Amino acid sequence: MTPMQRGTRIAGIGAFLVVVFIAVPMAIAAAHRTDLYYTLSSVALLSIASGGVWLTFYIGRINIGQGAFALVGGYVSAILVTAYGLSFWLSLPLAGLFCAAASVLVGLPILRLRGVYFAMVTLVLTEVARLSALALSVTNGAKGITSIPAPGPIGLFGLTIVPAFDTFAERNVAFYFLSVTVMALCFAGLWRLVNSRVGRLFAALRQNEDLASSMGLNVPALRVLAYAISSFLGGVGGAIFVAIAQSIYPSSFTVNDSVNFMLNCFLGGLGYVFGPMLGTLVLYFGWDLLFQTGQYQLLIYSGVMILLILLLPNGLFSLRLPSRRSS
Amino acid sequence: MAPILQVKDLTKRYGGLTAVNEVSFDVEPNEILSVIGPNGAGKSTIFKLISSFVKPTRGEVTFNGEVISGLAPHTVARKGVVRTFQETTIFKGMTARDSVIVAHHLRSHASLFGFYLGSAAARRDEADFGRSSDEILDFLGLGAVKYEIASNLPQGHLRALGIAIGLAANPKILLLDEPFAGMNADETSRAVEMVRAVRDRGVTLLLVEHDMAAVMKISDRIVVINFGVKIAEGTPAEIRANEKVIEAYLGVEDETIGL
Repeated sequence: MTPMQRGTRIAGIGAFLVVVFIAVPMAIAAAHRTDLYYTLSSVALLSIASGGVWLTFYIGRINIGQGAFALVGGYVSAILVTAYGLSFWLSLPLAGLFCAAASVLVGLPILRLRGVYFAMVTLVLTEVARLSALALSVTNGAKGITSIPAPGPIGLFGLTIVPAFDTFAERNVAFYFLSVTVMALCFAGLWRLVNSRVGRLFAALRQNEDLASSMGLNVPALRVLAYAISSFLGGVGGAIFVAIAQSIYPSSFTVNDSVNFMLNCFLGGLGYVFGPMLGTLVLYFGWDLLFQTGQYQLLIYSGVMILLILLLPNGLFSLRLPSRRSS
Repeated sequence: MAPILQVKDLTKRYGGLTAVNEVSFDVEPNEILSVIGPNGAGKSTIFKLISSFVKPTRGEVTFNGEVISGLAPHTVARKGVVRTFQETTIFKGMTARDSVIVAHHLRSHASLFGFYLGSAAARRDEADFGRSSDEILDFLGLGAVKYEIASNLPQGHLRALGIAIGLAANPKILLLDEPFAGMNADETSRAVEMVRAVRDRGVTLLLVEHDMAAVMKISDRIVVINFGVKIAEGTPAEIRANEKVIEAYLGVEDETIGL
């Protein structure tokens, strides 16, 4: 990397952090649109889950099952907090780890499938998760889990680092900062992964699993590793979502969400780590903007999506950054 | 010297079809051995059986006295039995150099986590892989095109890249799948030189090939397969004189229909 590239990169990261942590809150305050905090938190959390889906694309698998892990992550956090009185802050990583562990068990057999076969099985996973949540007693069936307490304070050596969310005048401001912080951390982690040797091994899997295994790469183990990271992100996104809504139901994440996670990746661009972030933002607001068109909303939306995929097969990022393909 | 690779009574049945039937042969250290035969004779199946991409119905393959048939392909590669594929099978979207760097996986000392965090061992590995990749690419005449995306390379270079990727995995025996297929005489003679040079690095070579002229030129020994059965084994001169081989390739007179 040349010093100049390093300079642009640091400037880019700086600009991103300034926009997310300073400019957006200032703009919201100026426009008196505090409702946007909730919307933007949702976008941040959905893009974390989409980032996971993006990683499974990166090893050459079409993943339409992220909704299942978002749901499982949400339930794990909700149950730990309500039934076991655990702090939300502990339940968050545990929800991610639970999803990662579950995805290892599920992934070992199903990652042997490729193409539409893998895609179909993952699609079914979302339904399996929803129906399990309906049937099990620990998830409280169709009634779901409600009145989940807001995240408590984080203290270290008697110092309060993050105050309890209930003490904020506007809880959603706290959730906004939580969501975008976790999003920034997750995407920094993903970026590092893809640009490290691990990412190159993943790319080798995408391009040729047989050749990779004849070079001594443990292909099944690497596939499961990517899937576990992907599901971890799904679980973390789901868990924070549930904390915001303070409730979770079997229908909190459905097949529709799974499909959207995948579309976010397509829209942003499969070749760019930050593609899912952009894709989620555009898709979320695009859908909302089309609300005024009433009954034509879905028609216009679908038409635009088809056009975008035809005209920009490498996603929105390819418009601006033709030389920064990360693969 | 003890054989490096032994194929014993290798048999593979697909349903009622016996693709390979009780084939046995030895590969001596540092020799170039070619397995040849008409189309559909079972050469490719033998190749997949040795590299453990397919499990045998009966029989076994041993490498340095250790049974390797039935192990996962990446475990077999780890032991030093590395296969290449025909030219279409490479890491298409990567540069030639990146492909070779990735293929150094077996030589890494750092863990995946170390690579993620950029530990000292990982940085040392990365530097070693880069140097070694440059050496291998220069050795196979790819130095000038190493930053090209692999799928943009012409066929001759692709073939060399396939071998480069194989060499990066540090093989003791390298299995080459039809390295001369689709080449003209000029390209073939260059590829023959390349294979010899690889042998001179101390790598044993097992080729599956049906370009007779090239095989005769390059091989120390040849094994001939027809209808899944070994029909001959010997030096190129012996094979050339073998009646069964002539029969398999040209057909006996009363089987030749209208030609």
